[in-house]
Amino acid sequence: MPDVRALLRSSLVWPVVALLALVVLNVVVNPGFLSVRLQDGRLYGSVIDILRNGAPVLLVALGMTLVIATRGIDLSVGAIAAISGAVACVQIAGSNQESAAGTAIVAMTTALAVAVLLGLWNGFLVSVLGIQPIIATLVLMTAGRGLAMLVTDGQITTVTNPTFKLVGAGFFLAVPVAVLVALVVFGATALLTRRTALGMLIEAVGINPEASRLAGVRSRTIIWTVYVFAAFCAGVAGLMIASNTSAADANNAGLWIELDAILAVVIGGTSLAGGRFSLAGTFVGALFIQTLATTIPSIGIPAETNYLFKAVAVIAVCLLQSPQVRSALAARRTTPSRAKAGAPA
Amino acid sequence: MSAGTAAARAETPAARPAPPADSAAGPVVELSGIEIGFPGVKALDGVGLRLMPGEVHALMGENGAGKSTLIKALTGVYAIDAGSIRVDGQEHRFSGPAESQAAGISTVYQEVNLCTNLTVAENMLLGREPRRFGRIHTRAMNRRAAEVLARLGLDVDPTSTLGSHPIAVQQLVAIARAVDVDAKVLVLDEPTSSLDTDEVRVLFDVVRSLRDQGVAVLFVSHFLDQVFELSDRMTVLRNGRFVAEHRTAEITQLELVQEMIGRELEVLERLDRQPADPAAPAAEPVLKVVGLGRSGELEATDLALHEGEVVGVAGLLGSGRTELARLLVGADVADRGEVQVRGRTRPWRSPRQAIDAGVAFSSEDRRAEGVVGDLTVADNMILALQATRGWLRPVPQRTKDELVRRYIEALDIRPADPNALMRNLSGGNQQKVLLARWLITEPRLLVLDEPTRGIDVGAKAQIQQLVAELAADGMAVVFISAELEEVLRLADRVVVMRDRRKVAEQVNDGLEVSDVLRTIAGAGESAVALEVVPDSEEAPRA
Ligand SMILES: Nc1ncnc2c1ncn2[C@@H]1O[C@H](COP(=O)(O)OP(=O)(O)OP(=O)(O)O)[C@@H](O)[C@H]1O
Ligand SMILES: [Mg+2]
Repeated sequence: MPDVRALLRSSLVWPVVALLALVVLNVVVNPGFLSVRLQDGRLYGSVIDILRNGAPVLLVALGMTLVIATRGIDLSVGAIAAISGAVACVQIAGSNQESAAGTAIVAMTTALAVAVLLGLWNGFLVSVLGIQPIIATLVLMTAGRGLAMLVTDGQITTVTNPTFKLVGAGFFLAVPVAVLVALVVFGATALLTRRTALGMLIEAVGINPEASRLAGVRSRTIIWTVYVFAAFCAGVAGLMIASNTSAADANNAGLWIELDAILAVVIGGTSLAGGRFSLAGTFVGALFIQTLATTIPSIGIPAETNYLFKAVAVIAVCLLQSPQVRSALAARRTTPSRAKAGAPA
Repeated sequence: MSAGTAAARAETPAARPAPPADSAAGPVVELSGIEIGFPGVKALDGVGLRLMPGEVHALMGENGAGKSTLIKALTGVYAIDAGSIRVDGQEHRFSGPAESQAAGISTVYQEVNLCTNLTVAENMLLGREPRRFGRIHTRAMNRRAAEVLARLGLDVDPTSTLGSHPIAVQQLVAIARAVDVDAKVLVLDEPTSSLDTDEVRVLFDVVRSLRDQGVAVLFVSHFLDQVFELSDRMTVLRNGRFVAEHRTAEITQLELVQEMIGRELEVLERLDRQPADPAAPAAEPVLKVVGLGRSGELEATDLALHEGEVVGVAGLLGSGRTELARLLVGADVADRGEVQVRGRTRPWRSPRQAIDAGVAFSSEDRRAEGVVGDLTVADNMILALQATRGWLRPVPQRTKDELVRRYIEALDIRPADPNALMRNLSGGNQQKVLLARWLITEPRLLVLDEPTRGIDVGAKAQIQQLVAELAADGMAVVFISAELEEVLRLADRVVVMRDRRKVAEQVNDGLEVSDVLRTIAGAGESAVALEVVPDSEEAPRA
């Protein structure tokens, strides 16, 4: 059965299995889980909700995937999402044509520009100054919410702008706009990394930075770019979150989204040690995280233990992916000790 | 991948090694019928091996024959699919290196895998640090390490970080670590690949004294002279199969090579290099460095590299030959002197600037500075080319396939699978892929630091041939090797390094190894060195 073996070895199989298991669990608890209905030209249903609420996590996780592939990490994405939402809302609220489409477009462009600037900052710290990514982005993770507070003046800024509302809560051809946006960014990222040489170069830098440097890879530019991209994705996610609630909440918008994103990436099979990355894996991982978040209350687990449950589920998926466990499951030839960073001889 | 006629021979009952006639005691290690398969490759197929106490046993075979895999079976890194491993007559199923260590097997793997950010002493005693009051007794540890290093004749500060030393010293530290444990069996996978004659001498002395104490030594090397000098018996593998077992005294080098490659070795015609005409009106050199240096690593050095010329660099370990190479290619940044490309001074602060100027560099440290393990062979090969094109212009799939196929064929890389993961290739085959990476960029100047490290006899001649051809086509080549014969065979000019400076530059009109050795040692320098380079006083100071 060579095919089954090959399948078991593929990195995507366990995340998909885990996701399916969650879906089955949900269907058992709630037989209507998978049903989708069309009403007023819009799709409704639990699955649609999961997709729509999962869009920001997916976006952030996409950027995070590339960052992690270069051996980095970006803890500041949640704060950037909050800043982006704050900038957009404050601008819309402060405009004298608060509900005009133009206002929304200008505001969102400004917000994304700010996000890109913040990404440039992160990238500068990491690639030029050589600061450890976890420390470099911790700066903005902690300071960023303060910045967002400054922007909103410490208030929850609410806005009424139909165009802005579309991004997070609107529908296009019956599908939530947020889902479409996330899919477009996903597709564009996939094209950009796999149809150009970007993906390969990112992986090379993540696997062996020194060999890549000697081979002439401009690793500084590449690393800088992925942080900018991650910040851009976080900016878009921040717009979605703010748009969905028509408000900018500097304290709570995108709170802990960086952790969800990192989990999604890891569940999707991209190693935190950098190197080979899988966008498809991240996609499945993000869906898993979001489905889990909706499953927990629906099967009657008290909200207080939410995080505990999540942790258990995540550990289970990660275990399934660990080479040791998988070799035991699939009866592979190598003993665990062959791990890449094996102990010295 | 052709098994050929000899494979048929390997399938006969002779596949079981006959016990050596002169063994009084039984073998300390007995492997029989070992099979290991990886997805798509049968790396070992019914291989046997017997190690007697108090012998040095060479394991011979081409690149990819399965030597390292067999060693990893013995040391528990790989689980075996079939066969048996007996140590002291007792059957073992190792499920990890720790167990094989506990059974008395001490190993130095082909790729140095120590922790470069720990000190030399910490690396040597990792896992068995001397303790006092439950805490690591650092002073005792350093003292112990210093003793062992002294025994190996190594002048290395035990408290320095391992990563600050060249790969050869790291290799010696790995060996020191292995010989420091009381082992019944010592396994050395290409321990001498980056060592100079002197270090090899010292290592061999240590190995011999261990052997005389009754230790069984298993030894892999592509240097036939060393094998014949050191070993008592040998086992030959080909394509993952057992071919033969011999007493070293009863076989000639030629016969051995035939067994390894499974056919008659074509007589390797002596490389008849037409030396680049030194009298030719000096055209603009491809690359010229004036007073290039870096404090603590290389004193100010002048060197001009011309089209079609092979410049050999000779010198002992730590003489500055690698440092020179790294400054030439922008891998390190010089703090004095300048670099001229075709007469124009150029900024030279990164490998990328050098690559853009047509300079390619194959590093001596294949694992840390060359191999991108989790990418495929194809991606590894085109990495440098892709980098120069930038990410927006991927090498078209057809060009890529074509280039990769051409070089896999030209360098006889096995497995001949462009999609194999680089880290699954044998050491010698990885080295070939890295060579291909640079040849694909069609450089004007090719700087090769130990390009034939870990490459088998046949392939080595092939690579030397290739270098000669490239030079004939107008490429400038800098060829650095610890093996002087190889340098002299190829070079038109030889640069001799000592104490981190260039001490001589000699035209190779029939230079002998002994001539160069004398210059390296510094004896009769004035008599031998044709052009002693002015001392660094003249060089511009930073
Ligand atoms: N982890 C692995 N996965 C897949 N194939 C492997 C793996 N390790 C080794 N191989 C294959 O097994 C064969 C034997 O490799 P091995 O490293 O034992 O060769 P070797 O005799 O040590 O060669 P060299 O002289 O080049 O070091 C090669 O074809 C190699 O590609
Ligand atoms: Mg090997």
